[in-house]
Amino acid sequence: MADTMTMDDTAVTTGQSAPEKQEKVDTTPPIKPAKESGALRARLEDFSFTYADGTKAIKNVDMPILDCKVTAIIGPSGCGKSSLLRSLNRMHDLYPGNEYEGQIILEPEGENLIGPGVDPVVVRLRVGMVFQKPNPFPKSIYENVAAGLRVRGIKNRAVIDEAVETALRRAAIWDEAKDKLNGSAYDLSGGQQQRLCIARALAPNPEILLLDEPTSALDPIATAKVEDLIQELSKSVTIVIVTHNMQQAARISHRTAFMYLGELIEFGETQQIFTNPRHPKTESYITGRYG
Amino acid sequence: MAVTTEVNMGAKPVKTDQGAFDAATSAKRKDLFFAAGGLIVMVISMTLLLTLIGDLVIRGIARIDGDFMVSFPSRLPERAGILSAWVGTLLVMLVTALLAVPIGVGAGIYLEEYARKGWLSNLIEINVANLAGVPSIIYGLLALGLFVYGLDLGKTVLVAGMTLALLILPIVIVSTREAVRAIPRVIKEGAYGLGADQWQVMWRYIIPAARPGILTGAIVGLSRAIGETAPIITIGALTFIAFLPPPPISGDFPFISFDWLNAPFTVLPIQMFNWVSRPQADFHTNAAATGVVLMAMTLSLNGVAIWIRYRLRKSYRN
Repeated sequence: MADTMTMDDTAVTTGQSAPEKQEKVDTTPPIKPAKESGALRARLEDFSFTYADGTKAIKNVDMPILDCKVTAIIGPSGCGKSSLLRSLNRMHDLYPGNEYEGQIILEPEGENLIGPGVDPVVVRLRVGMVFQKPNPFPKSIYENVAAGLRVRGIKNRAVIDEAVETALRRAAIWDEAKDKLNGSAYDLSGGQQQRLCIARALAPNPEILLLDEPTSALDPIATAKVEDLIQELSKSVTIVIVTHNMQQAARISHRTAFMYLGELIEFGETQQIFTNPRHPKTESYITGRYG
Repeated sequence: MAVTTEVNMGAKPVKTDQGAFDAATSAKRKDLFFAAGGLIVMVISMTLLLTLIGDLVIRGIARIDGDFMVSFPSRLPERAGILSAWVGTLLVMLVTALLAVPIGVGAGIYLEEYARKGWLSNLIEINVANLAGVPSIIYGLLALGLFVYGLDLGKTVLVAGMTLALLILPIVIVSTREAVRAIPRVIKEGAYGLGADQWQVMWRYIIPAARPGILTGAIVGLSRAIGETAPIITIGALTFIAFLPPPPISGDFPFISFDWLNAPFTVLPIQMFNWVSRPQADFHTNAAATGVVLMAMTLSLNGVAIWIRYRLRKSYRN
């Protein structure tokens, strides 16, 4: 019984999707990003990434990351957007067998982050990251924010005090946290925890801040606060954000990259991507036809 | 799903409700049976345990007094005591803990965090788990051959501690690995994401968070070691000792002495075993009293574990 069901299902699916697929397989090649006029903070050149199991998650991506702008990466699940983000601070190096190809150049020095002999730990000292689920350490609020400084061997209490306050202010959580700096970070609400994690990433002054779906675990009010924060922060730090939420990308980003099946399909000004997409796949995605 | 909708939209919604009701009742009945079964099994095992302990306590408790604790064994049951046995147990446990905990925790962390995952690490993992199930007398035989005769260390406190350390090493390793593995990936990635290197992640995030689990494993191991008799008998511990090992701290320079490591010894379970095998009933009372002392030591060890775990959990959270 179960077997026939499965076979039926398969038959139906293939039968249905076959003509649709033919329609969808447009031969339009991905649109290469235009030359940016603003200052660059980083650029990806012919960048590919392969997981240890052989899955090629990112295929030959060329993409600029503008200085002090918000770059959003959108696309359906499994399109490689998170994999791309995690490549930028070499998070993939924590698990053996993953492989990068091409170049991720950090400007203005022109250093290749995935070049031979580059220590991933050093990359992570320069490129901070905030994760999908708030992940404060089981320590006090103060120690959470100070963690990045302690990792860098900073011991001077005054220096740390100041950096903690600055980071908490920048992450717009100072007013809520200043009276309980020594209380557990777990006593904060989910939204506050996420802003604390942003403060933690900001404290050591990273060159780029990566946000991996930072609001997907938050309620609408907390989401709005984090979005305001991201816009405010983009004045002083380069931000790359991965998001499932297209409205969010439209609201807060300056540039948007649309990825599909590991390829960068289209990259451009957010306004242009959402109002006048040039690639048919981008159009299908933002009008909700898939993903 | 589709079927339910159809029936609901059809003329006989009552029948569907009846079916759902029956299913719920039947599930409830199964829950009840399971709960009752579990309760019965628990009552039986608790009764057995309490009877055993109660019997031991009733027969032995009256015999425990100051003299019993500070006297050496004697051929007269009323003058015999367990001084050399409990001192021996404490010293052997000290050696066991000092050996098994650092080695076991180190091995566990290495296997979990540093070792390359592959067939070799799988093989080691399986074998460590298997070692935990090897009968203790086998460890005794190994120790007899290797430590007592091979290395010619004699039948000393040190050898007993080494033997028991070997015995509980798998327990410590396995519980350390489990404690380390239980730390959420997001915490580790968060620390790495800040630019921490492996050493910093290890010492600042993983070990503090895993400490309660590691400690529990160590103490569970020690409370197993404290009652072990077979391997200690195998390496040839004496059953009648009328003197104490030299004290570790002395009044003369250099004040600290390690001679006690090389002293002959006996431990509580052996003393108990010895007395049980005597024909006189009074010695059996002594054995019961020894059992009570042994059990009190084990339980207080567990109590300390619970207390430390509680304290660590509290302090680590803040």
